[in-house]
Amino acid sequence: MRKSSIFGGEACYSGRVPAASQAERTRTLRHPGVVRVTHWLTFIAFVALVVSGFEIVISHPRFYWGEVGNVNTKPLFAIPIPSSRDTVPTGYNYVMPDENGWSRALHFEAAWVAVIVGLVYGIFGLSSGHFRKDLIPARRDWTWRAYRDRIAKYLRRAPPDPAEERSYNVLQRTAYIVVIFVMFPVMIWTGLAMSPSFTAAFPATAALLGGRQSARTIHFFVSWLLLLFLLVHVVMVATSGFRKRMRAMITGYTQDSEEVQ
Amino acid sequence: MNPITRRKLIYGGAAAVAGVAGLATAHRLAKRYGLIPPDGGGVYGPGETLTYACQRLLTRNTPAREFPRSMISKNPFANAVAPPNDAFKRLAAGGFKDWRLVVDGTVARPMSLSLADLKALGLDSQITEVACEEGWSYIAEWIGTPLSGVLREAGVLPQTRYIVYTSIEEGAWASIDMQDAGDPHTLLTMGMNDGDLPVGFGGPLRLRLPRQLGYKSLKYINHITATDNIRKFGKGLGGVDPEYGYSWYAGI
Repeated sequence: MRKSSIFGGEACYSGRVPAASQAERTRTLRHPGVVRVTHWLTFIAFVALVVSGFEIVISHPRFYWGEVGNVNTKPLFAIPIPSSRDTVPTGYNYVMPDENGWSRALHFEAAWVAVIVGLVYGIFGLSSGHFRKDLIPARRDWTWRAYRDRIAKYLRRAPPDPAEERSYNVLQRTAYIVVIFVMFPVMIWTGLAMSPSFTAAFPATAALLGGRQSARTIHFFVSWLLLLFLLVHVVMVATSGFRKRMRAMITGYTQDSEEVQ
Repeated sequence: MNPITRRKLIYGGAAAVAGVAGLATAHRLAKRYGLIPPDGGGVYGPGETLTYACQRLLTRNTPAREFPRSMISKNPFANAVAPPNDAFKRLAAGGFKDWRLVVDGTVARPMSLSLADLKALGLDSQITEVACEEGWSYIAEWIGTPLSGVLREAGVLPQTRYIVYTSIEEGAWASIDMQDAGDPHTLLTMGMNDGDLPVGFGGPLRLRLPRQLGYKSLKYINHITATDNIRKFGKGLGGVDPEYGYSWYAGI
């Protein structure tokens, strides 16, 4: 009875809900352990990837399309910042310190963390029904109207539906699906398409994107999209009750008393 | 707070034990099959080892990407090089006639080869890309003799695990494992785009290694040493680049 009142007909972590004391009765399991641990490990790996990725980019802040590109080639665009190499014409009389050594090592180690964590999360998501129940929007929400309505609600700054205290709304679901199943895989693909050894074995990884430099350019843009997602994600967490959301992602639980805002 | 139940403790403990045992086994297997790179220690060691091991398992014996002649870059970028030292200037003044490639270490027949000797071993050409770790790249045709032919001539002994190659430039050296050394694309390069290899691009002799990033394609090679113990060289990390934090395995 309690179970169904908390999770409705879609109880997915039913066994994890403590059913003992009066005090515990007000708590709802919001995020299971695997989701919490993989969430924070991904966050740490992502920060390491962004910082080291930026360091790598400043050694050549020019971008190209196709297979090849260098300082003798016309770039698609260049970021107007000084470079960490004096061979790059940037218009600045200043060369930034070269930090590529540790940056590259950190970039690939963090990439491994992200990939391994992603695999664990993926296996959990499939086997536990987390993807099906928590991420894929309900069939009735597969309409433009569902998206329009939820956006309008955000704009009115209306309080979330009770259901949203336990699971995600259609916009959240879509955003998470795009990040998990589109952006991260594209980052891995474009990253591998820059590896001379990997593309030796699988030339199509680079060829399908138009070449190595195209892969690098896409890698750069999608990293900005992921950063944009992070920004919106943090703003949404902050505006919908920072302490409560953080507690849910750290301890796993939300407290009912807090939910009434 | 999350109550810690007995079941959780048992599951968590079992998972931790399995994880540690799995890591230990993986490490032992990686060591046994030579999948730990010379710079596989330290904070970034696990990442380096995973990359090297996976690349070796996944991309074994696959040739470097080659490109059609139409894709050869019109304006390849030579990159900056240190000003030539006196030894190099002397050899350049003599048209590199006295340039020698010394081959020693764990080989049956140590030797010293002139550029003419190298050419006599047979020339190959390949149209491959130079990809710099900074991000830029270009495609050129490279002409030279495969390293594997030189190693065959010298009679590399079976215990050999790495080939160390050294530049006439002070302190510039690197190394590769036997798989890369035996790759037909690993080329002792003397020509580029139908001419002699220009000094800016590493002439008179550059080791081209198209399946790894540009910094492993060392310029001005004059010494090759076969070895069964990479620790004896420099700081034991397999090259001067790893001493500055750059990966020994630069296939990514």
